[in-house]
Amino acid sequence: MSAAPMPTTMEDQIAQWRQFLRRRRAIESGDIEELEDHLRNQVTLLSDAGLAGDEAFLVAVKRMGSLDELSREFAREHSERLWKQLVIGDGAAAQASLRSDAFVALGLAVAAALSMKAPALFGHEFNEQATFYPRNASLLILPHLVGYFAWKRGLSITRALLLLLPFAVGAVFANIYPFGVLRSYTGTLTALHLPIALWLVVGISYASGQWFRGHARMDFVRFSGELFIYYVLLALGGGVFIMFTVLMFNAIGINAESLVAKWLLPCGIAGALLVGSWLVEAKQSVIENMAPVLTRVFTPFFTILLLTFLATMAWTGKPIDVQRNVLIAFDLLLVLVVGLVLYAASARDLNAPPNLFDRLQLLLIVSALLVDALALAAIAARISDFGFTPNRVAALGENVILLVNLAWSAVVYARFLSGHGSFAALERWQTAYLPVYSAWAAFVVIAFPPLFSYV
Amino acid sequence: MDLGKDLVAASATPLVLAILAEGESYGYAILKRVAELSGGHLRWTDGMLYPVLHRLERQRLVAAKWGTAENGRRRRYYRITKDGRAQLAAQRRQWQVVDDTLRGIWMKVQPA
Repeated sequence: MSAAPMPTTMEDQIAQWRQFLRRRRAIESGDIEELEDHLRNQVTLLSDAGLAGDEAFLVAVKRMGSLDELSREFAREHSERLWKQLVIGDGAAAQASLRSDAFVALGLAVAAALSMKAPALFGHEFNEQATFYPRNASLLILPHLVGYFAWKRGLSITRALLLLLPFAVGAVFANIYPFGVLRSYTGTLTALHLPIALWLVVGISYASGQWFRGHARMDFVRFSGELFIYYVLLALGGGVFIMFTVLMFNAIGINAESLVAKWLLPCGIAGALLVGSWLVEAKQSVIENMAPVLTRVFTPFFTILLLTFLATMAWTGKPIDVQRNVLIAFDLLLVLVVGLVLYAASARDLNAPPNLFDRLQLLLIVSALLVDALALAAIAARISDFGFTPNRVAALGENVILLVNLAWSAVVYARFLSGHGSFAALERWQTAYLPVYSAWAAFVVIAFPPLFSYV
Repeated sequence: MDLGKDLVAASATPLVLAILAEGESYGYAILKRVAELSGGHLRWTDGMLYPVLHRLERQRLVAAKWGTAENGRRRRYYRITKDGRAQLAAQRRQWQVVDDTLRGIWMKVQPA
């Protein structure tokens, strides 16, 4: 008889049983140890009474009671465990690793904050007139994040240094060009696109050599989404903190605004990214991902919005009024829809059959494509009036990239819904497409300033 | 004869406290003692003892600490506290009332 997945020895059986217990959130490692001690005593007693090993184990497990009931009883006694799980580590070893993780993350957060302030030594102040910071902020902060993942995933020094190479390249292109005026268009484009290009490097360090294999890319997408949410929350908290700093010092007649602007803001912006990343890493298996939840909530709303918009346009016959920034607005719309598709995919069971939500997603994509096509048609008709400024070309390029993504996503989705393909194809397409965004962003950073003569 | 669920649940606290009043013990030994005392009639699902012990610990009726078993594994030992003894005495009086009351009526009612 061959029963491959059946554990053979008693130790294996107990280990497997422990594994089942560990999945219950209300039952902690100490409880498991206690229950295991009980189980072993019971098994010994039953074996002494003449039962064979397997039988003794089965009887002992049965007497322990069903896992569901057991975990419900534990949950009733320890309801707080269902809530705060982040600080409670699983066992002493895990606790120690959590602590060293926290130390490294906090140390790097401080380092990132300091490197954010380092340029001040050379006369670059963090203020609204500065052109230095917008272009270089990502270069000052993100290497620390790469360092964090290099440490966490145990990357070799050579690999870690290799990952810093793109930052050196980025530093060159962010600073060698003679961006003319204070608010030059191409300078602003560099500031906006450099972080997108470098985020890919963070992804590669996150995946630590698995970038081309397995589900590392999708994990990085999940990480990015959670980090975004944590960052927003930290920023809100930081805003409250800054408000109190200013208010309290105001009460004793001291103006703290320059302290806030020069120190709190830049250090907070840098440190929060590291702290946020650490929080996402620490709680990933513990708390449900928020990004897919938000996706689920907002997908129906945006689908209704787009459909209503299309219906209103058709009904009233009003064309899209092509203003200067209309292209950027529609870019953002497509970014949002791609985000909704991506994060819905990130939380989906790849093998589950199509459901209503999948149909809704396809409807969302198709209506977004229609809206964007209408906008592009309107813009194309008048592009000669506006001329090709760097902003417009960048926006147009992004529109095309997002449009291609969504168009093919629609095809893959349609195939999946009609039963001719699997959902995995959509995940593959979305994750394979990720480097395209960064490649385009890198192109904008490197080629646009000279192409448009640094305006 | 198996006891009803509610009765088992109600008797758990005084029983555990009384057993711990005999001396420090641990989960498995407590259950064995329960089986012994009841002649095997009072059966708990083994795992359910532990949430009860944890509740008593939270209420400070028992105190727990990790020790080492004779086989070298970590084991959690429980002992009754002062509050626990007071609670046990109170429970004992309550059960006495229930017992007396039932005794009074048992005499007059014939089992069906």
